[in-house]
Amino acid sequence: MKVMISAFVAALIIASLAPVVLNQFGWSSAEQGSSESVRLD
Amino acid sequence: MNKRLLGAAALVLASLIFNPAWAQEGPEVDRTATGGAQTLEDIMRRQEQQKLDDSFRSENLGNPEKAAPITEQLGTRGGVSNADTWRAIRYNQIDPTVQSPGPANGVMIQDGGISWYKLREGPIITWGGGALLGIIVLLVVFYFVRGKIMIDGGPAGTTIERFKAIERFGHWLLAGSFIALGVTGLLTLMGRSFLIPVIGHDAFSTLAVGSKWLHNNIAWAFMLGLVMTFVMWVAHNIPDKLDWQWIKAGGGIFTKGHPSARKFNAGQKVVFWTVMLLGVSVSLSGLSLLFPFQMPLFGDTFGVINSILGTGLPTELTPHEEMQYANIWHSIVAFVMMLAIIAHIYIGTIGMEGAFDAMGSGQVDLEWARQHHDLWVEEEEAKQGKGGSS
Repeated sequence: MKVMISAFVAALIIASLAPVVLNQFGWSSAEQGSSESVRLD
Repeated sequence: MNKRLLGAAALVLASLIFNPAWAQEGPEVDRTATGGAQTLEDIMRRQEQQKLDDSFRSENLGNPEKAAPITEQLGTRGGVSNADTWRAIRYNQIDPTVQSPGPANGVMIQDGGISWYKLREGPIITWGGGALLGIIVLLVVFYFVRGKIMIDGGPAGTTIERFKAIERFGHWLLAGSFIALGVTGLLTLMGRSFLIPVIGHDAFSTLAVGSKWLHNNIAWAFMLGLVMTFVMWVAHNIPDKLDWQWIKAGGGIFTKGHPSARKFNAGQKVVFWTVMLLGVSVSLSGLSLLFPFQMPLFGDTFGVINSILGTGLPTELTPHEEMQYANIWHSIVAFVMMLAIIAHIYIGTIGMEGAFDAMGSGQVDLEWARQHHDLWVEEEEAKQGKGGSS
């Protein structure tokens, strides 16, 4: 059962890190849909 | 086999675009009274969703080659009137310059969203949801008819290692993320119809935002789990003659005996390949949705299907249509996966005594292993020089 719990925790950690990593690679949904001059973030 | 698979895929994909109502051919429309423009009859047929040849509009975009001199009417517009321009916009036949970037922003009118929305809110929810309820009812009936599959003669009391920790980790990474994806996907698909009337817009909004975040991000764990389990188990899941014997015996579900099997029996191999093939498909369509307009898949796929089967699937899709196809395909594949996995969960938990231990502790009862995977036990015992671990 420890393995099962640790896999579930790992899935959540991966989910938390995914947007950070994508941002590091320069991808964000805001960037795809607007130019820098009009973006609010 | 490949042709059969492609044929099945084409059938499913074709069903997405051929609305039965469109199949009704109509008589030729006389448009002389309107000078070739659409008539009231055209408008009525469109409202009734009947098949309508739009070429009289989509191909009537003006003719620059016959442009009048600049001093005459239409001269400055190169033989194209305002109506011609708007028809060109309507049928995506122009390449406009837009101020905001993005591959989809140059498409000004795209009406495929209506068909997509109707399909999503109608047949997808009805048939998909109905199938989920159906499999659950079937399994409940099966449980009461067949009962729990017990270990004949009871447990041996000694155990043998069925799966190593890394194998169980990969399985639970895949399983845990899949369940999260399934639940959040269903919330996203059905929440508007079923949850808003119950919990209201505000509560659903919070739930929907959370679901979207989890669905988009835990997908990476699913893909990692898919790769891990594929690498670890593909060698054990190659179909062989023994599988046919297992299938002919019905897996021993309704008989006293237990057909021979190695590490994975034919039923488990079916689950493995279902998860792998559909898992890749749902991942690709999911990535296409995750990176909107960056990964168009369906135009090229339809082109391949057309070249093999001679079908006439549309290959020039607008970026929005690509997203609509990806969304519908993603839903269908996910529903089929959910059906298979619900059955898998049943047999791995309440359906069979001792089965959960394989993924729980990794240690299964030796008698259980001998009854369900006799050849694998022999292989393991031969490796260990007789006498399994206990």
